[in-house]
Amino acid sequence: MSNSVSLETKDLTIRFGGHVAVDAVSCQFRPGELTAIVGPNGAGKTTYFNLVSGQLRATSGAVFLNGHDVTSLGPAERASRGVGRAFQLTNLFPGLSVAENVRLAVQAAEGVHYDMLRPWRLRGDLVSRAEAILEEVALTGRRNAAAAALSHGDQRKLEVALMIALKPTIFMFDEPTAGMSVDEVPVVLDLIARLKQEASKTILLVEHKMDVVRSLADRIIVLHNGRLMADGEPAEIIASPIVQEAYLGLAKAQPS
Amino acid sequence: MMILSGDPPRGRALVALLAVIVLILAIAPFLFPGAKSLNVAATILVYALLVASYDLLLGYTGIVSFAHVMFYGVGAYGVAIALYGLGPSWGALILGIVAALPVSVALALAIALFSLRVQTIFFAMVTLAVASAFNVLASQLDWLTGGEDGRSFQVPEILRPGFRLISGRAFGVELNGRVLSYYLVFIACAVLFLALLRVVNSPFGRVLQAIRENPFRAEALGYRIVYHRALATCLSAAVATLAGALGAIWQHYVGPDTALNLSIQLDVLVMVVIGGMGSLYGAIVGAALFVVARNYLQGLLGALSAAASGAGLTLAAGLLHPDRWLMWLGLMFILAVYFAPTGIVGRLRGLDKGSG
Ligand SMILES: Nc1ncnc2c1ncn2[C@@H]1O[C@H](COP(=O)(O)OP(=O)(O)OP(=O)(O)O)[C@@H](O)[C@H]1O
Ligand SMILES: [Mg+2]
Repeated sequence: MSNSVSLETKDLTIRFGGHVAVDAVSCQFRPGELTAIVGPNGAGKTTYFNLVSGQLRATSGAVFLNGHDVTSLGPAERASRGVGRAFQLTNLFPGLSVAENVRLAVQAAEGVHYDMLRPWRLRGDLVSRAEAILEEVALTGRRNAAAAALSHGDQRKLEVALMIALKPTIFMFDEPTAGMSVDEVPVVLDLIARLKQEASKTILLVEHKMDVVRSLADRIIVLHNGRLMADGEPAEIIASPIVQEAYLGLAKAQPS
Repeated sequence: MMILSGDPPRGRALVALLAVIVLILAIAPFLFPGAKSLNVAATILVYALLVASYDLLLGYTGIVSFAHVMFYGVGAYGVAIALYGLGPSWGALILGIVAALPVSVALALAIALFSLRVQTIFFAMVTLAVASAFNVLASQLDWLTGGEDGRSFQVPEILRPGFRLISGRAFGVELNGRVLSYYLVFIACAVLFLALLRVVNSPFGRVLQAIRENPFRAEALGYRIVYHRALATCLSAAVATLAGALGAIWQHYVGPDTALNLSIQLDVLVMVVIGGMGSLYGAIVGAALFVVARNYLQGLLGALSAAASGAGLTLAAGLLHPDRWLMWLGLMFILAVYFAPTGIVGRLRGLDKGSG
């Protein structure tokens, strides 16, 4: 295995009853590369993400992080090894403030798990990093609101902020801009573009909007019925009939 | 204020209420020299600590346990057995506490690791089963625990009513061993309460709240939630054990009905809900209200009932009969939950926010 491969899946498969949601997907991802994952609704994109970040256990196959087999590890262990998720279905700490949501992710990134002897406020470094991230996603004005009270678009931004705060080496964005209003989308896309500048980051992006994919992706892989159907340069993939078909399937489901 | 770990009770009404309660408790021996009122005050202290330790589990971490009073019982029986068996020395007292703590923590850890991975309801059932079994065990081990009769025992001399610290009086009150016991309980409860306040406001405590809010996301951030939950369970068990030890020191008696009964567990649940879950200050308010109501409601009802029958209102007199005090307490509980689902503390904080 090449040293520069940060994430690899080998024959990764999961079966729900009789339904094979991810079917023997073998793929390698490298630092400095943004891979867009496309495919119609129900293709298995989110399920593939869940297998990589450990929310689901594979029926067969394996996941490697920097060459280490992590297939038997749970989501917490994989997160501490650098896997970050921004979930498709917003997944926050609803009753806690926006600032506290981010601060908890910063705290996790710094490995402060069991410190119970001093007040959290005394860890000013964690607080100020959280504030900086809030600034980055344009949520400073809502810092004291409960996460549950945010608009959908702001919740999506907070979702992304939690992953950024975790300082992962593998970033997994699952439709980060879905349902956002037009003026909110650039905040998130700029953020992803800035992450891309850093050569050490491996970025996976599930995205339905083809213009977004075209502008950000270095590479596209296509999932269909749980199978890896195509993998290559954006221009070549977008032109291929298989993507045209997937894209059409999408146009039906998401009229926008 | 770092003594409050940067988490003062917010809201003027709440600050005022807490200040009054804490002040009364702090000078209770001088305010109410009677044995009954001092007993009520000491009971509030011990229950406030017990309820606060329960809130660490229920309100902060979102774990429903019915075995919390069992840990209180372990502490109480630890002290009782040691003082009964070894005589009323400080060494025996400390040995009792030091022996009880690891028993509680080991039990808590076993319950936690056995069942915290699964659903809340399963964990609650396991704790209920373990607590019931423990209760039966304590009643059966006659030679050790005194069975259903429990154990009366002597405490070290300076904590006994007959002991005089000074020969005179201070503010008209004799400084006897009872007053000293009260302040021992007061200081220990205050220190342990502040320690709990520190824990819930520490980085660890914030993770517990994150787990309560969304365990799935907490895990995705890298927090090993089983360890955090287990640690919270052990910590709260340890504090409950210390509360039990203090209760035993105060009462000079431990039996199933005062230290293990599931009805105490229900009382604790009521206190945490009335006071307000997820805020340790709720424990003080809930315990004060509940213990006062339980001790004085009967008397109040008796007076009201007599007045009603004097006025010829037989139905009212019947309803207000002192034996109906539990019904009235239940009614108060229902009203409290209905009108203040976030507890008194949440309600008072909310009021302040509304006016500001
Ligand atoms: N926990 C589960 N149990 C049973 N079936 C599941 C489960 N999770 C996903 N599936 C099924 O697996 C298939 C793939 O779902 P997945 O959510 O991965 O699709 P997706 O590519 O992310 O789609 P979308 O674009 O709509 O987000 C679907 O048919 C779905 O119903
Ligand atoms: Mg999906």
